[in-house]
Parts: sequence; C-alpha cells; structure tokens
Amino acid sequence: MYSSWPCPTPDGGTGEEMMLGFDQGRTTRILLLAPLFDEANKFRRQLVEIMRRLDQNGIDSFLPDMPGCNESLARHGEQSLARWQEVAARAADHVRATHVFAIRSGSWLAPEAHAGWLYAPARPAKILRSLARARTLAAREAGRDETVDSLLEQGRTKGIELTGWELGSRLVGELETAQFEPAAAYSVIEQADIGGKPLWLRAENDVDPAQADALVALILAGLSA
Amino acid sequence: MTAETASADPTGPSRSAIDTTLRAILRDVLALDDGQVEGFDGDTGLFGHLPELDSMAVAGLLTEMEDRLDIVIDDDDVDGEMLETYGGLLAFAEAKTVEG
Repeated sequence: MYSSWPCPTPDGGTGEEMMLGFDQGRTTRILLLAPLFDEANKFRRQLVEIMRRLDQNGIDSFLPDMPGCNESLARHGEQSLARWQEVAARAADHVRATHVFAIRSGSWLAPEAHAGWLYAPARPAKILRSLARARTLAAREAGRDETVDSLLEQGRTKGIELTGWELGSRLVGELETAQFEPAAAYSVIEQADIGGKPLWLRAENDVDPAQADALVALILAGLSA
Repeated sequence: MTAETASADPTGPSRSAIDTTLRAILRDVLALDDGQVEGFDGDTGLFGHLPELDSMAVAGLLTEMEDRLDIVIDDDDVDGEMLETYGGLLAFAEAKTVEG
C-alpha cells in the first residue's frame, strides 16, 4: 500500500516521497490530491475511506505526499504553489492517472492536462486569512498582540510560521493573489451535493462513511457518463 | 434596538435568519446535531467552555461567518466577550450584518 515515488526536486533532480496506493493495474486510475495545511490532517482518514471504496469498486487510486507535507522530509517553508503544481503533474504521470480527484486546497494543484473532480475547492486568500487569524487568536490568549495584517506583511517579505506551518514568502504571495478557477475538464462537487457536515470545519478530526459513499457514488456516476 | 435596526435596514437578513445561519455554522464546527444547537440560548458558553473550540477552530468559525453572512470581521472585533457566549456571538453577527 505504501511506496515511494520519484518526486522532482527544485534543482532538477529526483527525490523520494511517500505514496499511499491501491494498485492492481486496473483500467481506471485516480490520483488524489489532499488538502494543504491543517485540512490535510482533518481529511487524512476520510481520504483513506474514499480510497477503500474506490478499490472495492474496481478502481486504483493513489495519494502522493507533496514535498513538505505529511511524511515528507523536505521543508514546508521552501514550497510554493507553482512547485506543488509541477509535482502533482509529475505524480499524475508517474501513476499513469486516468483521472484526478482533488479536495479543497488540493484543487489548486490539479494538473490542467488531466480531468476529474474538485471537491469543495477552497479560495487561497481565505485559507491564508484563516491560518493567520488562528495565530492571532492563539497569540492573544498568550498575551501577545498580533494582527492578521502585520503577520501577512511579514509573510510577504520573509515568510512566516502560521499555526505550525512554515510558509515561505513566495507561497504567501501566491496565496494572497491566486484567483482559483476550476479548469473546464474538472467537475466541481460541492458539499451540498453529498450532504452532511463539512469535515474541514470540524474542530476535531472525524470520518464520515456516508459522505465517503456519496462522493464515490458521484465519481462512479461521472466515470460511466 | 433590534426593532430599530430591522426598520433601518428592511432589506437586510432578518434576526432569525442570522440566528439560523450561526447555529448551522456551530453545528458544523462542533459536530453537533440540530437538536443540540437548537438548545443553545444566549447564555450558552462557547470559547473557554467548549474544549473543541481552540484557536484554529475559532478561526475557522469566524472565516465561515464571513462567508455565510457576507461580513468582514476585523482583528479588533474579536474579543472575549464576543466569543464567550452564544448570545454575544449572535449580537456581534447582527451588528456586523447591519454595518455591512
């Protein structure tokens, strides 16, 4: 199930990142792109639930670590959206993906040369603001006065750590300015389409089998359309 | 005061609409069912009373309020009083909606 995959490094070489895969060499092969930052943790278990269901329905699926994320040894603070996009495209090629299924901020990385589904795509500026706000709230509890604006100003020039995530200045700039628009080859699945409470809003990590069933049903319907 | 704000801005969302939206957001963030959030009253304790509501969760809550209520919440708006009880949060949301 777990393997390593040859991930491109910034210097043009090849490194190694982890990948979770259900691979039986079947016809339909879906690359999953997990959400970034704190939502990555909130969704990990649900992603595996989705992959199990795809497997039971005769579909191979792959969940690659992006550099700096999950088990990666690369520094999170050295990553950028542009780099993750390049890596995601290489991962899709590596697993010979027939489709891509991206979740929340993972949608920003969906390779344009592929088609598939984007589940509740997030807005970059909103995600950044929420991370900065979490830090100001924690700072206030600790008796320090920080503002979202001053944190983002610092982030723009020299990078910043927000709630445990190191964000380089390039990534902060990308998150502030990127206007995410889903590529035409992707279908957008909104939370209302599958029902239930959005797992990324949960204060505590959770899993929802009924939502996993509904998501996989939508994917199966899309495949047979 | 509520009657005044309602008449001053007759096209804005009604008080009960804001209340419903706010309960729905708390239901999603705290993973409660509808019956439980229906039981919230003005004195129901939030931040500092519910262990699930850490700074990350509160940030998510505020960002979701901005989205669903179409308001902007500034750093200065966020204080202990606003987050302490459901009544405080609702009063804040209503004031912001009128302001917006």
